Amino acid sequence: MNKNCLSAQVEKLEIENFCMFESIIGLEIHVELKTKSKMFCGCAADFFGKEPNSHCCPVCLGLPGALPVPNKKAIEWCVMLGMALDCQIPEFSKFDRKNYFYPDLPKGYQISQYDQPLCINGKLKITLPDGKEKIIKIRRVHLEEDTGKLLHAEINGKKSTLIDFNRSGVPLVEIVTEPDIRSSEEARIFLKKLHQIIRYLSISDADMEKGSMRLEPNISLREIKNQKSPASPSEAGRAKIKIDEELPKYKVEVKNINSFAFAKKAIDFEIKRQSELLSKGETPQQETRGWNEKQQMTTSQRSKEEAHDYRYFPEPDIPPICWNKETLNKLRKNLPPLPDNIIKKLIKTYKLSLYDSTIIADNSAVADYFEKCVSLAKNIPAKTIANWLINKKIDIKNLSPDNLVKKIAQSQQDSGITDDELYKIIRNIIQNYPKAVSDYKSGKESALMFLVGMVMREVKNSSLADKIKLIIKEQLS
Amino acid sequence: MLLDKTISELKIGLLKGEFTSVDLVNECYRNIKTINPKVNAFITIVDQEIALKKAKEADKKLKNANSLLLGIPFVLKDAYLSKDLLTTCASDVLEDFIPPYSATVYKKLEDAGAILLGKMNMDAWGHGGSSENTDFGPVKNPWNLERVAGGSSGGPAAAIATRMTSFAIGEDTGGSIRNPSAWCNTTGLKVTYGRVSRYGCIAYASSFDSVGPMGKTVQDCAYILETIAGRDPYDATSSPQPVPSYIQKLSESVKGLTIGLPKEFFREGLNEEIRNSIFFMAKELKKLGIKIKEISMPLFDYGIPVYYLIGPSETSSNLARYDGIRFGQGRENFSEETMRRIMIGTYALSAGYYDAYYRKAQQARTLFVREYQKALAECEALLMPVNPTPPTKIGELMSDPLQNLLADVYTTSQNPVGVPSLAVPCGFTKDNLPIGAQIVGNMFSEDILLRIGFQYQQVTDWHKKYPILK
Repeated sequence: MNKNCLSAQVEKLEIENFCMFESIIGLEIHVELKTKSKMFCGCAADFFGKEPNSHCCPVCLGLPGALPVPNKKAIEWCVMLGMALDCQIPEFSKFDRKNYFYPDLPKGYQISQYDQPLCINGKLKITLPDGKEKIIKIRRVHLEEDTGKLLHAEINGKKSTLIDFNRSGVPLVEIVTEPDIRSSEEARIFLKKLHQIIRYLSISDADMEKGSMRLEPNISLREIKNQKSPASPSEAGRAKIKIDEELPKYKVEVKNINSFAFAKKAIDFEIKRQSELLSKGETPQQETRGWNEKQQMTTSQRSKEEAHDYRYFPEPDIPPICWNKETLNKLRKNLPPLPDNIIKKLIKTYKLSLYDSTIIADNSAVADYFEKCVSLAKNIPAKTIANWLINKKIDIKNLSPDNLVKKIAQSQQDSGITDDELYKIIRNIIQNYPKAVSDYKSGKESALMFLVGMVMREVKNSSLADKIKLIIKEQLS
Repeated sequence: MLLDKTISELKIGLLKGEFTSVDLVNECYRNIKTINPKVNAFITIVDQEIALKKAKEADKKLKNANSLLLGIPFVLKDAYLSKDLLTTCASDVLEDFIPPYSATVYKKLEDAGAILLGKMNMDAWGHGGSSENTDFGPVKNPWNLERVAGGSSGGPAAAIATRMTSFAIGEDTGGSIRNPSAWCNTTGLKVTYGRVSRYGCIAYASSFDSVGPMGKTVQDCAYILETIAGRDPYDATSSPQPVPSYIQKLSESVKGLTIGLPKEFFREGLNEEIRNSIFFMAKELKKLGIKIKEISMPLFDYGIPVYYLIGPSETSSNLARYDGIRFGQGRENFSEETMRRIMIGTYALSAGYYDAYYRKAQQARTLFVREYQKALAECEALLMPVNPTPPTKIGELMSDPLQNLLADVYTTSQNPVGVPSLAVPCGFTKDNLPIGAQIVGNMFSEDILLRIGFQYQQVTDWHKKYPILK
């Protein structure tokens, strides 16, 4: 009886183990470049909000006889993004035709890149919430053209579909990651960082609402098999490695998501949906799904059987791209500093904390502004300028660095003490009252008030109380 | 007849005031009225008043213009877009397509002051070698109205032969300029890939298509090529290679040049009379001081399969835009031959077949490039037949799709390689049907080909013969 009960428990455990899954997530991201002209013709690429079919020519309308001439800037920008993502830039690359029929695709094929993209084998390091770093590998970054836009409307009481070709031929970069992402949060962090890099490079507005950045997560689940009575530890180790390498036999693609939040929700929904299916012993279907924000769920759009055979072949109208090292080196030299470099610089040169540096480096304009302020300010520590920028919501577009520096100096004069002096006093107090410090660290809020009081006794300016409190907190964290 | 004159003779006559551009245009329209109903060369005839207006303008400008083609009438194969003028590509799919822009080659000729008379009948989309695969009725051979004019640029060749125009612009993807030139006793040049802009030329197979001149003589072709060649910012595959003065180079010496006769091109399957005519031509060339040498091009047999895999593959993609949504009619209007080519191409590009067909053909194409390089390293040019037979009877090729493909056997292997080839008249059969030969050269060696052709035409008069229609 007892024995039976135990074995039942063991069996139950095994079933539970069997039903553990980890998510395997890869991302495909489309980004519209903000070049002046379109990818293969001279039409203006800036189509948003323009009168329908006002930015068109024989080329982007796919008229008979029209030929594509590639946009050099778009190619360079795609390569620069590849470089920022640590990709290799193969010396040879080419465009291919992706053949399929859809009314928004005027030529019956999209000019894209198939087996020899501009950039391959890159990586992006992201920082997870627990502070750990993780590398997400980039499979490829390639260039293609956007399609026209379909508008479903009722015209004279008749359901009609209208086509606007203003977007047709706008340069589009596609970034494809390896399936290295394991959670919706990792996906969100990756996407935010990618978005930031694109903005740093000034190659796209990457405006999600305008559709200039579109997300497509691929999600599948893999069983995590715990070692079930391994014959020997080494054998179990081997078995586990083998399972880890294997990707699931199916993949669900969620198409055209236009917000980081939706992407996260779609991934979480899929993880739940697929794990329920797998737990029942079913294999989820290989398919394309869409995110329905209203219903908070993904819905099936196209199954594997309906998958296209795109009949890719080299685009005969465009000669292949052959890079020489000099041109690539020049492009590499022209790369602006990237967020990670800026953060490092802020920490090293200005002694800012990782936290402050990350916030300031979030936007390259803010980072530039910060550095300008520091260079202008004589007696104001960089930390103080950073604090103002972070805490006081400075409108950097309407307040010049010079004026901000003056404003900070004025406020310090009003308080009768410079930040440098204030920090010195605070550090002294912290050193002199170790008991209060340890009390605070073990959770006694009143100890903080005690320390603030001790500083106030020396500073004698009650308007600084909040600031002192903040600095002490920061110093003790 | 004024239109028997070469472009150079017409220019002199115009400048001397012996006749006017208006006279030339009027003569063309007289011929069109009487001859076109018999040969069916035109799809669209430009309103005579419009052409005359342009001729009057040209006559005014003649004295102080240095254009090579000012006031000279010409026609376009209906594969070229002409703004505001119907452009059908000989297919019902485009029966009502009025283009909003003009092809670069048409623009260049308009700028040069040449006068467009019409848009010419052809095999629809370039799909054919007889100008029978057209929704506008077959083009008839002016030397024998029961026979085909050749194709796909059959309309232009027939119109030149019958003096309905001075010259024409054809398009050659696998023989489409050379084949009808040979069968109608006119001269045609398939240019090096990239020598002339393809912008505005309705694409058949983009990596083979070449835009070239068709005329009565080699010298005419030099005049036309000098006007239309050159890089075009609208065509990324057009070459930045400088355009030489083809006209000036015509009379440079040909002594010491070597011409190869690839023996594989003269084996069984080639009509005896055609073979003899070309050998006779070789003798004439020898008299000019050219060395003739037998060479071997063992890949010859693979020319047709390479062409008929890559060509249809590209055409299956190029014709995808003709869905009838934005312009033209629906795809049910494609002819059987065109549908066949679309199907073959779609098949060759499909997953699971791509490696065996399309990729293999591209690999073989690379071998052909090397084979031609090797052959043309030993000699400046190659001499070979254009067609395996004299013009076929109307209906003969259409009823036998395979025979239809084989009609291109000598002209398909140059396009995958990209080399230029000049087709010139070199004799007649005992039934009085024209025979042509082609001279193939290295990339961008049009000047050499034209020089050889020009000097051959100085010592022969095959090219001066024209058909008398009953």
